[in-house]
Amino acid sequence: MTVDAPAQPELRAVVPPHRDTIARRGSVLLSKHPRLRLTLLLSAPLFWLGLVYIAALAALLITALWTVDTFTGTISQTWTLDNIITVLTGSLYQTVTVRTVGVAVLVTVIDIAVALPIAFYMAKVASPRWQRILVIAVLMPLWASYLVKAYAWRSVLSQDGIYEWLVAPFGGHTPGYGLPATIITLSYLWLPYVILPIYAGLERVPDSLLEASGDLGGKTGATLRLVVLPMIWPAIIAGSIFSFSLSLGDYITVNIVGGANQMLGNLVYTNVGAANNLPLAAAIALIPIVIIFGYLAVVRRTGALENL
Amino acid sequence: MRLSRPARAILAGITALILLVIYLPLMVVLVNSFSTSTSLTWPPPGLTLEWWGKAFRSEGALDAVVTSVQIALIATIVSLVLGTLISLALQRFEFFGRDAVSLLVILPIALPGIITGIALNNAFRTILGLQLSIATVIVAHATFCIVTVFNNVIARLRRLGTNFEDASADLGAGLWTTFRLVTFPQLRSALLAGGLLAFALSFDEIIVTTFTAGAGVKTLPLWILDNLFRPNQAPVVNVIAVVLVLVSIVPIYIAQRLAGAEKVPR
Repeated sequence: MTVDAPAQPELRAVVPPHRDTIARRGSVLLSKHPRLRLTLLLSAPLFWLGLVYIAALAALLITALWTVDTFTGTISQTWTLDNIITVLTGSLYQTVTVRTVGVAVLVTVIDIAVALPIAFYMAKVASPRWQRILVIAVLMPLWASYLVKAYAWRSVLSQDGIYEWLVAPFGGHTPGYGLPATIITLSYLWLPYVILPIYAGLERVPDSLLEASGDLGGKTGATLRLVVLPMIWPAIIAGSIFSFSLSLGDYITVNIVGGANQMLGNLVYTNVGAANNLPLAAAIALIPIVIIFGYLAVVRRTGALENL
Repeated sequence: MRLSRPARAILAGITALILLVIYLPLMVVLVNSFSTSTSLTWPPPGLTLEWWGKAFRSEGALDAVVTSVQIALIATIVSLVLGTLISLALQRFEFFGRDAVSLLVILPIALPGIITGIALNNAFRTILGLQLSIATVIVAHATFCIVTVFNNVIARLRRLGTNFEDASADLGAGLWTTFRLVTFPQLRSALLAGGLLAFALSFDEIIVTTFTAGAGVKTLPLWILDNLFRPNQAPVVNVIAVVLVLVSIVPIYIAQRLAGAEKVPR
């Protein structure tokens, strides 16, 4: 037989015909219906967040409108605005709110001021090797327990602690326990949460932009102010959300280093626990909720929420 | 912008100073774990290994570590799944209420822990009529851990675009195959980074835990809070903190290596 075999079509790469499996059919169905795909993606997380979180928050807010029966100590579901009015007009609540917001703002300002130079050094000056080491150095303290770190500051700032020991020869003294100690400790605790987003934001600023600004005659200060700052602004806001909100609700640090001072968190805590007055606690909790929502609404337009 | 040599030196100096302040309290913790003084006076009057021995024999502490690891692991897994789903939905689709959903993810971390804590406590006990247990802690932790996974994954998805997925679909791969062989491998390091942060967040959480843990559930932070103010236990707590920081180097280092290997030149 000398007949040449025809070109062998079976050697050509052919996409095998699709097997008609259920998985394939499901895949086809989903490809054709993006809305169905979206529904499937969203249903589990929304079920979780909606059921667990939003329902719980809503229930808490409703509780603020109820009252506690003074005899039985149980919650009686009679609608009243008394708790809200108490919280809005009571001088205790006003003083503590101002104190808490003041502490939270100061902590946030301190953290940003400290985070900017170190984040800039990490992202733009350090060699890649050092960059990695510095990120690890900043991340590591996050793993030492929050309580241990707060307690460490209690020990650092105590009358026979290392701070007194260090500054006493120069005539200084430890601030002792009180609001300054609270501010120092909270700034310390939340610092990594502020450094990390700002560092990530700075990493996204291309070096070429800085060079271009320099080539166009921009001095260092002008470049930082006009090029870098606008680009990392969302990252700064993102960091501030952490430090502000974490400080706003804290009650443990102030117990450990704050002396006799109370913050909003303490008022909520005592009303839930010792005073057994959940409705009043819920009404007090409304204060930080309103503040945080206000803050989020203001910063939303900066795109900060995508940088957390 | 070219930073002058002195400017770089000043920045390096500031960085060193900040790191010094960051590590000063940790160093105090380290030294105090060897101190013979139970009231943590400085400088330590003498050195001892007593606390290290006690820490490794303390059943309360070891049990608490196990409980915390269990809670953090499950909460991390749940938040990995939910966080990935929600970031795929928000990144790849336009829909009504998208902003509201992204706010919803952030809310559990943006609102102070005590609010999340009492809200969930109230919901579990009075609305759902559940007993507080280890499961309620896991649910609560997973809720605020979703955001760390979400942020890492959505940032990665934004950078990736859909070209590879489209190519995979054009070549005949189904949705699942595309996810398994194309999308997931590209998300892996983002998932690791987000998961690591979620784990750390859950492992160290105290406020929400206080309000959602059942009577018999002792996580490590709860155990530390119980023992911090006991004179003979405070140094043991210091030992545990030191061990945790040392152990944490390993996962952080691995995550850094992975992130570094994929880094785009700046």
